[in-house]
Amino acid sequence: MKLKVNGKVHEIDSEPDTPLLWVLRDIIGLTGTKFGCGVALCGACTVHVGGEPRRSCILPVSMVGDADVLTIEAVGGTPVGKAVQDAWLKVEVVQCGYCQAGQIMQAAALLTANPAPDDGAIDRAMSGNICRCGTYPRIRAAIHAAAKQGAV
Amino acid sequence: MATHELDRRSFVAVCLAGTAGLALGFPLGEGNQALAAEAAFRPNAILAIGSDGAITATVPYAEMGQGAMTSIAMLVAEELEVAPGMVKTVLAPGENKLYAHPVLAEQITGGSASLRGSWAPIRKAAASARIMMIEAAARQWGVKAGDCTLADGRVVHAASKRSASFGDLALAASKMPVPADPPIKTGGFKVIGTSAPRVDAAAKVDGSALFGLDVRLPGMVYAAVQASPVIGGKLAGVDPKPALAVGGVTQVVTLPNAVAVVGRHTGAARKGLAAIQPQWEGGLSSLSTADLVSKADAALAQKGATAYTKGDVAKAFAGAASTFEADYRMPMLAHAAMEPLNCTVEVRNGACEIWVGSQVPGRARIDVAKALGLGEDQVKVNSYLIGGGFGRRLQSEWIVQAALIARDVKAPVKVVWSREEDTRQDAYRYHNHSRVKVALDAQGNPVAFDHRVVAPAIMQWFLPSLLWKDGVDLDATNAASGPYEFPNLLVDYVRNDPPEGLLVGNWRGVGETRNGFVVETVMDQLAARAGVDPVAYRRRLLPPNSRIMTLLDRLARESGWGSPLPAGTARGIAIQSGFGSHMGLVAQVRMDAGKVRVERMTAVIDCGIAVNPNVVRQQIEGGLLFGLTATLYSNITIKDGRVVQSNFHDNPVVRMVNTPKIDVVIIDSKEDPGGVGEPGTAIVAPAIVNAVFAATGKPLHELPLPPSMVERV
Ligand code: FES
Ligand code: FES
Repeated sequence: MKLKVNGKVHEIDSEPDTPLLWVLRDIIGLTGTKFGCGVALCGACTVHVGGEPRRSCILPVSMVGDADVLTIEAVGGTPVGKAVQDAWLKVEVVQCGYCQAGQIMQAAALLTANPAPDDGAIDRAMSGNICRCGTYPRIRAAIHAAAKQGAV
Repeated sequence: MATHELDRRSFVAVCLAGTAGLALGFPLGEGNQALAAEAAFRPNAILAIGSDGAITATVPYAEMGQGAMTSIAMLVAEELEVAPGMVKTVLAPGENKLYAHPVLAEQITGGSASLRGSWAPIRKAAASARIMMIEAAARQWGVKAGDCTLADGRVVHAASKRSASFGDLALAASKMPVPADPPIKTGGFKVIGTSAPRVDAAAKVDGSALFGLDVRLPGMVYAAVQASPVIGGKLAGVDPKPALAVGGVTQVVTLPNAVAVVGRHTGAARKGLAAIQPQWEGGLSSLSTADLVSKADAALAQKGATAYTKGDVAKAFAGAASTFEADYRMPMLAHAAMEPLNCTVEVRNGACEIWVGSQVPGRARIDVAKALGLGEDQVKVNSYLIGGGFGRRLQSEWIVQAALIARDVKAPVKVVWSREEDTRQDAYRYHNHSRVKVALDAQGNPVAFDHRVVAPAIMQWFLPSLLWKDGVDLDATNAASGPYEFPNLLVDYVRNDPPEGLLVGNWRGVGETRNGFVVETVMDQLAARAGVDPVAYRRRLLPPNSRIMTLLDRLARESGWGSPLPAGTARGIAIQSGFGSHMGLVAQVRMDAGKVRVERMTAVIDCGIAVNPNVVRQQIEGGLLFGLTATLYSNITIKDGRVVQSNFHDNPVVRMVNTPKIDVVIIDSKEDPGGVGEPGTAIVAPAIVNAVFAATGKPLHELPLPPSMVERV
């Protein structure tokens, strides 16, 4: 089957029900997207499919169809993704960093849909993404910073 | 007086002594062979300088978010007069001797001790390089070494306007004598004390950072594993056929207590594992949490080994105006780091290579060698970033498991635990109980403090040489009387180990976390009895002019202690001295229809010199939220010998929506750096419980908060 990831078409040899996460990580070799829970409870595996944030750990690869998949490795190529990553660095969000790919993908999707979210909107959009290092206050601040930057 | 307090202090003192650490931890002239081959100049195991001028520091610790790579780059940069960004950092392989922590005496990342361990030795390692490069330049130019300085990656002789780059000098420097005890800066820091950007940040926002989970090797396969769900159980049998029928599955491997399904990718392996029905036998199949709690309760009535004592406690109780007594119970906890345990191993031709993120890579190497019947030299451990350690990766039984699986697989295999496995096969923080008795005078001031600590003997096997003494676990009893001065004091320790088969271990905040909760909530109850404000009450018991007293006053100021609050809200305070730092927290809670909502946390820390204030703040913020999860929710339970919880739905954690506003104040200090990774976690529960006490008048003696008081998100 064919899969379009970060603008490139891949020929994928896998069972149709394989979660997109493992196709990205193990078959294509894009390891930036992380595994945290496997059941859509933590957000570590968040990627964009057709522009929407999706939990790749529960999304069978066959369901992607011809939609574009965008991962952390390429989100910096979009103005919103770039603004988010810059804000992440400016606010010094990361600690262990493991959850951050998912956080950034989720935040980029939020800012695309809502260029100026308030705290409530940020909380609602981001509370499906767990960070055990406790970077939430900084994620909130970084999303505000990215929004303010106006690049979005 | 061989009290634990003294031990803890000498621990810090030795840690910071430097010279001994350098000789012990970083033998000069030795080093990572691979790096040594590339480097033109490698004065010791830590530093390498190439003829291209590249400065590479080998980080002896695990990087799990605490900023070890950044602080080591900063310490090196300080002595070499370069920007921290010029120092490339690599994680040390598992080498127990070469990369031993100067005090822990092994390659261990724990106890908030990374920076304390590296503070002097790393700077001395860099100072050696500085002196040798200057010496090389001075000889070339025929000038005095004392007239040369470093600037921008060059050795400079200002008088003759000559300079040479580190790269050009590297080879010559490597032939200079290694200084025995190089002097390091004592002040006038240019890098230390600045919030230099984290050196690991960029790779962690663009997805290129490599965690253990991200290892990729040619021809590698992937495994999903399940160990006996019954604690201590064995695999009785399994029909591999349903797994082998799954597309992409290549093999089923059985171990005495586990089964692993191997496939072309993790998705296939996981699906294959879900398809089989292993049978398990034996183990603690009738065990329940209630059994463990009553056993720990029974231990409260036993007399323990004396951990520390002062004065005459019995006499003080006999003459007391009144007494206070309370029992405390703390539950079992999982670590629930975001990166589930995983380990990649290749066993081939009588050798074993491992790719993993471990807090004890040197131990892992020894343990795997033993399990596979290999020599230590046949086992190589490559270190990767860790997606949250919190103490779980201080054990290596899961690395051994991966190696045993790999022995049966003819390719490098990445073993990835599911979240369920990570939750159910944890090395848990075990049940901790305490009994506190206080004798009070007529004004309600304590005249004797008696604390019985019931806890497992973790340090007896984890770090016996340092933290196990005369039948006492020095971590479990650490700070069991808080920072206070009691005229009469007794802390005793009753060992209460888990049943055989139930794995327990260290958990972020270690002994402080259990004892801080006990001592600090006792304080507020005593203050309430005496009719005295909790801050004023504490001030009576703290050593005058101490760092902790200064901190308490600062905390009261920063938190607006005593100022009016909106109806329905209350504040609670807690303070502690530990990990070489002093810390205080005021939590503000709102009681909403019986539910506790934590609205705000104001933290003050005195961690000596804050090498990187931004990293300190990160660690405190993160530590607080880690502790908040435990205070609100965490409670691992066992039923019919099985851990009940499995994933984030039944072992919930704090999310953004219930993250309170957090302020962190760092006290300006010239003292040597203290630890910052754990104090934040240890201090949360008592501050919140004290706030709930202030709001409701109801003291709580158990963690987590009663489910009826907590809203689930
Ligand atoms: S791994 Fe997909 S949501 Fe947790
Ligand atoms: S930064 Fe470690 S889990 Fe979020």
